[in-house]
Amino acid sequence: MTADVTSEPAPPTPERNVTGVSITLDSVVKRYRGQDEPAVERLDLEIEPGHIVAFVGPSGCGKTTTLKMINRLIEPTEGRIFIGGRDVTREDPDKLRQSIGYVIQSGGLFPHWTVAKNVGAIPRVLGWDRKRIAERTEYLLDLVGLDPGTFADRLPKDMSGGQQQRVGVARALAADPPILLMDEPFGAVDPITRVRLQDSLIAIQHELGKTIVIVTHDFEEATKLGDKVLILSEGGRIEQYARPEEILTDPATPFVEEFIGSGAKLAYLTVQRVRDVAYDTVITARIGESSQAVIERAKAAGQTWVVVVDAAGRPRSWPSLTELATKPEVSDYLDRRLPVVARSSTLNDALDAMLAASQGAALVTDGRGAVVGSLGIDSVTETIRTKLADVRSDQEDTSYETYVDGTDPAPTPVVAADDELGSAGQS
Amino acid sequence: MSRLRRVPIDVWFEPIIILVVGIGYFAWYGSTTLTSTERASLGWANLQNTILQHIKLTVVATLIVVVIAIPLGIALTRPALKRLEPIVVNIANIGQAAPAVGLLVLFTFWLGTGFRTAITGLVVYAILPILQNTIVGLRQVDQRTIEASRGIGFSAGRTLFQVELPLAVPVILNGVRTALVILVGTATLSTFIGATSLGTLITTGVTLFLPKLLISGAILVGLLALIIDWLGRLVELAATPRGVS
Repeated sequence: MTADVTSEPAPPTPERNVTGVSITLDSVVKRYRGQDEPAVERLDLEIEPGHIVAFVGPSGCGKTTTLKMINRLIEPTEGRIFIGGRDVTREDPDKLRQSIGYVIQSGGLFPHWTVAKNVGAIPRVLGWDRKRIAERTEYLLDLVGLDPGTFADRLPKDMSGGQQQRVGVARALAADPPILLMDEPFGAVDPITRVRLQDSLIAIQHELGKTIVIVTHDFEEATKLGDKVLILSEGGRIEQYARPEEILTDPATPFVEEFIGSGAKLAYLTVQRVRDVAYDTVITARIGESSQAVIERAKAAGQTWVVVVDAAGRPRSWPSLTELATKPEVSDYLDRRLPVVARSSTLNDALDAMLAASQGAALVTDGRGAVVGSLGIDSVTETIRTKLADVRSDQEDTSYETYVDGTDPAPTPVVAADDELGSAGQS
Repeated sequence: MSRLRRVPIDVWFEPIIILVVGIGYFAWYGSTTLTSTERASLGWANLQNTILQHIKLTVVATLIVVVIAIPLGIALTRPALKRLEPIVVNIANIGQAAPAVGLLVLFTFWLGTGFRTAITGLVVYAILPILQNTIVGLRQVDQRTIEASRGIGFSAGRTLFQVELPLAVPVILNGVRTALVILVGTATLSTFIGATSLGTLITTGVTLFLPKLLISGAILVGLLALIIDWLGRLVELAATPRGVS
């Protein structure tokens, strides 16, 4: 593979603020009593500050064990772990964990506490005063995209899985830890919600610059979220630890090749971000504005539809000009099937969102959910077409024209339905 | 407010029964004339004393059981002592499986007669429901919630008191209520070993063939059991954290 196939994502801006610290695993071993094979055998790993690293691999590969050894929910049998250059293997585990954010599937919220009390759990242990905790809670709920006024007093059971997951992230960030550990955080939510949560996490990471380690079994999720992806095989053996593009274009071992699957050629759709392709600008309208004024504005810009946004600029609906004209003022109607993707979403997510809503376009939002434009399905297919052309021109394989007859002894590959008999008779 | 609207049937149905039976009994009590033998037991001063003694037996025994069984149940769910759980539960099981009268009488050989012996027998008899419910209650707490609690930096103790116990409260209190009701009934038997209780009315009623005593004893024990069960239910409702159904 040559370099042009590697779709370079927008390089991380150099002035990006980093509050995270490095994590170093030094020959870490985990052996369970009564088991011959160690769960993790001699793992060395260096995680740079402010990076998201995704641990991925088949079940039983030791990815969760490795994650839990970082905050010592599981004690390593041998080896040392450094966080920000500090050996934490001998520290008080409770104190250590108070300085590391931890998120599990469905958030792991305390069901008997309100959202606000859940988020304030660790600040209370650390002895913050009430006012500071309240302010922090409000800031965090807003950060994860939940309205503090609506959600602060709710109980976990009165929220959707995605909302609970957001509260879980807010709780983990409560004491402003430099590191966030996430154990299959988005495993229990539906695909659309998962994409939103992933985008939200990327936005949060961009704003805060924490070091994030995330365990997932979904390779696509790993490539989307991870600045680097760690692929593990049984016994915590590192198969490859590299940037997603590098893994996709240059798998280090046959194991990796098999793991990422044969779709890898098209997999840059999961690496390519919405912000990397050209999207169109949109005309926005505030709730309560005069419809006539909005229609004129849209016509002047040559648009046939507008996006109605709330005070925070988040989209509520996208009426056509005809629809708009049916009411004197812009309505606060909320279109629940609105396809929305973030700038950090992958093109794959964007396609999913459009297909799920049966729409030919999706709205594009920034890190806080405010609308910045719209992405048409044409732009996506255009990108795919260009990329495919690239891939083809790039292949060094012989073609029908250049092939020297009789030089390839390989048999014809069989692609057949295994639940049907052949119609051309048995051989 | 919505909580008041959805008051479960047992919360309002039970007091109705209690009121009907109670008013009926005391109407009869006020109108009937007692012979002098009957008055010795059923006279208001004596009756009051008997009822209070019975309540005292029940409450003291329950408190002791709670103080023993809940910490024991907590200890048996900690990783270090988990192995002992089947043994201890089995011993408690034997305590309950043995007939209560037999248990009480056996204890008199060891401790003599009276209030203390009665309490000891009752405690042994009622440990199982609370112990068992404490263990079950703690065990049904979602492991992931506990893991999250430890993961964000709660110590084992904090996890126990702020997460595990509040979530186990409904089940534990259910055990306490069961124990209370068992004890109200079983306390009548302690009359055989010289501790005053409503059982005294019944046994006297049987031996001297005084139906008024016999029936009074039976009705009052029943009423007491219902009242305690109802109060226990109220406590359970009030102590169950919001968010735990």
